[in-house]
Amino acid sequence: MDKKIIARGAEAILYKEKIDGQEALVKERIRKSYRLPQIDSELRLQRTRREARLLSEARRCGILTPKVFSVDEKGCKIVMEFIKGKMLKVLFNEASEKEAADIAKETGGQIALLHLGGIIHGDLTTSNMILSEGKIYFVDFGLGEVSQRIEDFATDLSVLKEAIKSTHFRRLDVLWKSVEKGYKSSNPNAEAVFRRMEAIEKRGRYSKRD
Amino acid sequence: MKNKSMICLGIESTAHTFGIGIVNGSGKILANAKDIYKPNEGYGIIPMEAAKHHSAVACDVLKKALDEAKIKPEDVDIIAYSAGPGLPPCLRAGAKFAETLSARLEKELIPANHCVAHIEIGKLLARAKDPVTLYVSGGNTQIIAFAEGRYRIFGETLDVGIGNALDQFARDAGLDFPGGPKIEQLANARKIGDFSTCTRTSFAATPKTSGFCACQKPSVFVQSGKYIRLPYTVKGMDLSFSGILAEALRQLKKGAKLEDVCFSLQETAFAMLVEVTERAVAHIGKNEILLTGGVAANKRLQEMLEIMCKERCAKFFTVPRDYTGDNGAQIAWTGILAYKSGEKSVNKAETNSRWRTDEVDVKWIKK
Repeated sequence: MDKKIIARGAEAILYKEKIDGQEALVKERIRKSYRLPQIDSELRLQRTRREARLLSEARRCGILTPKVFSVDEKGCKIVMEFIKGKMLKVLFNEASEKEAADIAKETGGQIALLHLGGIIHGDLTTSNMILSEGKIYFVDFGLGEVSQRIEDFATDLSVLKEAIKSTHFRRLDVLWKSVEKGYKSSNPNAEAVFRRMEAIEKRGRYSKRD
Repeated sequence: MKNKSMICLGIESTAHTFGIGIVNGSGKILANAKDIYKPNEGYGIIPMEAAKHHSAVACDVLKKALDEAKIKPEDVDIIAYSAGPGLPPCLRAGAKFAETLSARLEKELIPANHCVAHIEIGKLLARAKDPVTLYVSGGNTQIIAFAEGRYRIFGETLDVGIGNALDQFARDAGLDFPGGPKIEQLANARKIGDFSTCTRTSFAATPKTSGFCACQKPSVFVQSGKYIRLPYTVKGMDLSFSGILAEALRQLKKGAKLEDVCFSLQETAFAMLVEVTERAVAHIGKNEILLTGGVAANKRLQEMLEIMCKERCAKFFTVPRDYTGDNGAQIAWTGILAYKSGEKSVNKAETNSRWRTDEVDVKWIKK
C-alpha cells in the first residue's frame, strides 16, 4: 500500500487512509533501530496501548480528541479521526496577541478538565494541540498516564511552560498568564498545583534560588 | 577593528578542568592547554580541592598555552573567562586568575557562558550552521537550539546530569574516575554490535522540501549481552536519571553481573537522550544535530544518534574529542564572538554558578 506520509514525529509516522469512504489518520509507531529491540518493542506497544486508551478516556472528561476507529497492537498502529486544523505551535506566533491569549486561556481550562479527570498528558507541547473550527483538540497521549498526584499535574504544566518559553518566547508572559487563568477557572485545586510548579522549577538545575 | 587577527585568551574552570585556550578572530585555535583535577579514588569532585588545584596549575597552563600558540603575553588582545554555570569555588579560581591577568596585561575582560561556549566551539569545529544541540556532560544535560536571539532550552534533565549519574554509578560499583569510559568498556564486553550500514562521518542528507524522506535502511543491531530492564523516564522533551541510577545500583546489589548492568544502563539512558533529541528536532523542524559535552565521547551514544539522524535524513555532527569536554578554546572563541558583536568588557570578574544557557543574549547570530 502506498503510504502518503503527512508528518513524521519523533516516534511515529502519520498518514491518511480511506476507511469506509471516510478519511482517517493512521499513527504508526515505527521501529527505532537506534535502541535495543527489547526497549523498542516494549515502548512502542506500551505507548500505543496507552494512547488509544487515554484518547478515549480524555473524551469522557470533556476534552476533544480524535475518535479512535481501531487499534493494531502488533503493528503499533492507531487509526483515528483526521482533525483538520492548525497546530497551536503555529497559531501562538501567527495570531494576534489577543487571539493567542484567548486560545491559551481555553487551553489552560481544557488541561484543568483533563487533570480533574485524573489524566496526565505527558507531552504538552504546542505541537500536540490543534485548533479546529474554533475548538482545541489534544493529540499524542503516548507519554500520558493516569494520576491524581499534584506533583504530576505540576510537571505536566511545567512541560507546557517550557515549551512556550522555548518556542513562543516573545509572548511567554501573556500566554502563560492566560493558561494560568484558564486553568484556575476550571480546577479548584489550581493554587496548590501552581505552588508545586514553583517548587519543581526551583529544583531544576541552574534555576534561581532564594 | 583588527577583527581577523584579534587574539583572545580564554580561561575555563567550571569543574574538573582548568584550561586555557588561545583563538584568533577567524576561528583558528592556536592553543588549547589544560590540566584536569583528579579526585581521590572512590570520591567524587570536592569543589574546594578542585579550586585549589586550578589555582596551583594556572601559571603552568598559561605558559603551556602561550608556548603552544608561539605568542607573547602582550600579543593577546582580549581575555575571556567562564563565568558560569559551574561549581562556585572552581569558577572563582578561574575568574580571579582572569581578572589578575587582565589587569597585569591591561587587556579587556569578557565573561562567557560555559554552555553557550560548548555549542559555539562545536559549531565552529564541526561546521554546523544551525543545529539542535544535545549537550551532555557531568552536570549538564540539555537539548538546545537557537531561536529569537537566544539559545533556548527545549529539554533538560529534571534531576542529575547524565555524566553525574554515570559517575555516581561507577563510584558505587567500585570503578575508577572518570566512570563514563569504564562503563562504556564494560558495556562493550557484553555486546556485539553490527553497525555495518552506518558510516562514521556525518551523513549528508538530501532532504525533500517536506523536511524528510523515505530513504531509511535500518541497521541491524545484534546483541549478546543480557538486558536488565531499567526505568525509562521521559517527560515530553525532559528526562530524569535518578530512577534509573537507583535501580541499576539495586540490580548490582542483587547480584546482577556488572557488565550487564553497565550495558543496560547505557542502552536505557542513551535511548532516552536520543528520543528527546528526536522529539525536539521534530518539534522545531531543524535538520542538523550536534553532540557535545564530556559524555559526547561515548561511541555508543554517537552511534545511536547517528542512526536516528540517518533515519530522519538529518545531518549529524560530533566535535573532536579534545573539544567535547571542558576546554579553554571554547571560552576564547565565545569571547571573540561576544566582543565582536559589541559585548562590553568588565573590570571585575563576576561569576554566576547558576547562569542558564537561555539567559544569554546571543548578539552574534543574526536571525
